[in-house]
Amino acid sequence: MNQHVALSALDIRGLCKTFDRPAVDGLDLLVRSGEFYSLLGPNGAGKTTTLRMVAGLLAPDAGSISIFGIDALNDPVAAKRIMAWISDEPMIYDKLTPYEYLEFIAGLWEIEAKEAQKRAEELMNWLGLTPYAHQRCEGFSKGMRQKVALAGALVHDPRLIILDEPLTGLDAGSARQVKNVLRERVAAGGTVIMTTHILEVAERMADRIGVIAGGRLIAEGTLAELRLKAGKGDSSLEDTFLALVAEQAQAA
Amino acid sequence: MSHPTTLTWFAQHEFRLAWRDWLSMLTAGKPGRLRVIALAILALAAFMHFVAFSIVAKFAEIDPEPDRGTLVVITGCAVLAWSLMMSQAMESVTRAFYGRSDLDLILSSPVVARRVFAVRIATMATSTVLMAVLIAAPFINILAYRGGSQWLSAYGVVVAIGAIAAAMAVALTSALFRVIGPRRTRLAAQVVAAIVGAIFVIGLQVAAILSYGSMIPLTFLQSETVISLVPSINSLFWWPARAILGDHAALFWVCAIAAVLIAATVVIFSARFGEHALAAAGIGQGSTRQRRWVKSFRQLSSKSALRHKEWALLRRDPWLASQTLMQILYLLPPALMLWKAFGRNTDDLVLLVPVFVMAAGQLAGGLAWLAISGEDAPDLVSTAPIPARWIIRAKIEAVTGSVALIFSPFLLALAIASPRDAVVAAIGITIASVSATFIQLWFRTQAQRKHFRRRQTSSRVATFAEAFSSIAWAAAAGLAANGKWQAGIVVVIALGILVGARAVSPKR
Repeated sequence: MNQHVALSALDIRGLCKTFDRPAVDGLDLLVRSGEFYSLLGPNGAGKTTTLRMVAGLLAPDAGSISIFGIDALNDPVAAKRIMAWISDEPMIYDKLTPYEYLEFIAGLWEIEAKEAQKRAEELMNWLGLTPYAHQRCEGFSKGMRQKVALAGALVHDPRLIILDEPLTGLDAGSARQVKNVLRERVAAGGTVIMTTHILEVAERMADRIGVIAGGRLIAEGTLAELRLKAGKGDSSLEDTFLALVAEQAQAA
Repeated sequence: MSHPTTLTWFAQHEFRLAWRDWLSMLTAGKPGRLRVIALAILALAAFMHFVAFSIVAKFAEIDPEPDRGTLVVITGCAVLAWSLMMSQAMESVTRAFYGRSDLDLILSSPVVARRVFAVRIATMATSTVLMAVLIAAPFINILAYRGGSQWLSAYGVVVAIGAIAAAMAVALTSALFRVIGPRRTRLAAQVVAAIVGAIFVIGLQVAAILSYGSMIPLTFLQSETVISLVPSINSLFWWPARAILGDHAALFWVCAIAAVLIAATVVIFSARFGEHALAAAGIGQGSTRQRRWVKSFRQLSSKSALRHKEWALLRRDPWLASQTLMQILYLLPPALMLWKAFGRNTDDLVLLVPVFVMAAGQLAGGLAWLAISGEDAPDLVSTAPIPARWIIRAKIEAVTGSVALIFSPFLLALAIASPRDAVVAAIGITIASVSATFIQLWFRTQAQRKHFRRRQTSSRVATFAEAFSSIAWAAAAGLAANGKWQAGIVVVIALGILVGARAVSPKR
C-alpha cells in the first residue's frame, strides 16, 4: 500500500454511471483520512449517485473506488465493514425498537455483544434516545428516526461515514445534535463525507468542500480556496457556490 | 366543466383519479401495454364464461314458481356474494381512513369536507358494485343465455347487494372507530373484513361437515333440515332470490331498500368521515412500547441477526395478521373434518390434501412478498458487510419456517389419521410454498411493508403465476393422494408455470 492510499479514506478514479443520461461522468475524488468533506452541487449533479456507488448500493459503469486502500468493487464486504451509510430518508424498521434495531446492526456487523451494547447505550444516551429505547419506531418523528439511523451507523464504529442530506427536515435541536455527533467523530479520527443543500452547514463544518456539477468535480478545496477559484473575495459560500456552478453551466 | 366545489365537480375529480388509478394498475404504469391488456381481458372474459357455463348452465332452467330448496340455494349464493363485497368494502373504507393520500389537501382547503366525503363514499360503493358486477357477469350471462332473459334482473340484485354491502361497511367501520378508537380500528377492521369475507362459506362448510361429513356447502343448503327451518315460501326473506329469478316487484323493492340505505349512509356518515380521517392521522404520534424486551444484546452472527429480524417483523406485521387469519380461517373446516375422522377409517381425508397445499402456497406467497420485497431498510442491509445471498437466504428461511410452523399441527393430525395422505400433503405444502417464494423472489421489487395490499398490482404476471402454481400443486397433490396417474401431467403443468414465470421475470 503506498503512502497516498494509506492517507486517503476515499479514492475515486474515473467513476462513471449513466442512466438515461450520464449522471456521473469520469469523476475523480480524494477524501483524506480524518477529514470532514462536504459535497455540494445543484439538484441532479450526481452527488447521491456517487455516494450510492461508494456505499455499494449502485454498480458503476466504469472507474474505481478505494476505501482506506480496500478496492470496494472487488471486495465490497471488506469495504462495507469499515463504512456506514445514512440517507436523507432514515430507513429503519417501524416494528423494531431502537434497542432491537441497534442489536440487529451489531449482529450484521458481527460486533461483540457486550461492546456493542455499551456503545449502543452511550449513543442512545448521547442522542436522547434512552427513554424511547424500548418503544417501536413506528410513532417516531423524522428527527427521532434520523437519530436512530445515526446511532445505527455509529454502533459498529465505522472509519468512514457517508451521509446524504442528513439534516433535511430536522428541527434546529435535532440538527445540532447530529452535527455535534459528526464533529466528535471527526475529532476522534473518523472521516465524514456529507452532501448537503444547507451551505451554511458545509461552510461551518467541512474541512474541505467539493462542488459537483454535471457528474464532474468542478471545484474542490477549503472555503478560502473555493473563493479564490470563483474570484469572489470575502463572499459567502452561497455566492461562491452559485458563481462556480454558473461558470460550469456557461462552459457546458 | 361543472362549477368548482360542487358535488358534480368532486365526482368528476374522483372519477378521473379512479380511472387513472385503474388504468395504471392494469398496465403497471406502461401505457403501451394497453392493447395487450385489452386482449388479455377479452381472453379472461371468454375463459370465465366457459367456467361459468360448466358450473351454472345446468341450473338455468328453473320453474317460474320455485320451491324453497331453490330459493335457499339462490339466497345462499346472494349472502356469499354480500359477505365478499362487504369484506372488500371494509378494506376500501379502512384504506380511505388510514391512507393519507390527498386528505391533508382536502381537509386544509376551504371546501365543505362533507361534500367531498359524500362523493368518496359513493365512489367506494360504485367500485364495490363494479367489481361485483364484473365477477357475476359471466354467470348471469350464461344463465340468461340458457334459461331466458329474466335472469338479467340478477344484475340489479348484484348492484343492490353491492350498495348494501358498501353502506354497511361504512357504518361498521365508523362504529369500530367510535367504540375502540382509531389506533385499534386499523387492525380490527382488517380482521373483521377477513372474518366477514370467510365466515359464511366456512360456516356452511362446518355445518355440512357436522351434519353430513362433507365439506361441500351445497349439500347442507339442500338438506331437509335447512329447508324445514327456513321461512315460508311467501316470506319477504326471499325477495332477493325472487328478484334474481326475474320477479320485477321484488327487484324494485330490493333496489329501493339498497338506494335508501346507501343514501342514508352518505348523509349520516359523510360528516363523520372527515373526523375519523383526522383521528386516524393523529395516531402516528404515539408508539407501542415493547412489553417484553431483552435486557442485554445477544451475541448474533450476521446470519442469525438477519433471521431474528425477519421473524420479529413477520410476527409484528399488522397486515399479515389479517392475511394469515384468512388462511387459518379457511383451514378450520378441514381441521374439524380431521377431528371428526379421528378413530375411524375414512377416505374423505384425501379432500384435505389439496386444501392444505393451496392454503400453504397462498400463505407463502404473501409472506414471501413481505419478507423479500417489503424491506423497509434496503440501504441498511445492502451496506452491511455480508453477501447479498445471505440476506435472501434469511428471508426464505423465515417464510418457509413460518409456513412449517402453521401447517405442522395439521400435518401431525393428518399423519395420525392417514399417514399416506400426510406424506403427500407435506410434500405438496413444501413444493407449493417454495414455488410461491421463488416466484416472489424472481419478481421482487423494492417496496415498503405497509404497501402489502398493493402487491398484486406490482406485477400481474407474478400474481397469476403464484395463484396458478398453487392451484396446480394443489391439484397434483389431490390427484396423487387419490393414486391417480394424471397427477404426473399436472406436475408437468406446474413446472411449466414455474419455468414460464422464470423466463419472463425481470433480468437482474
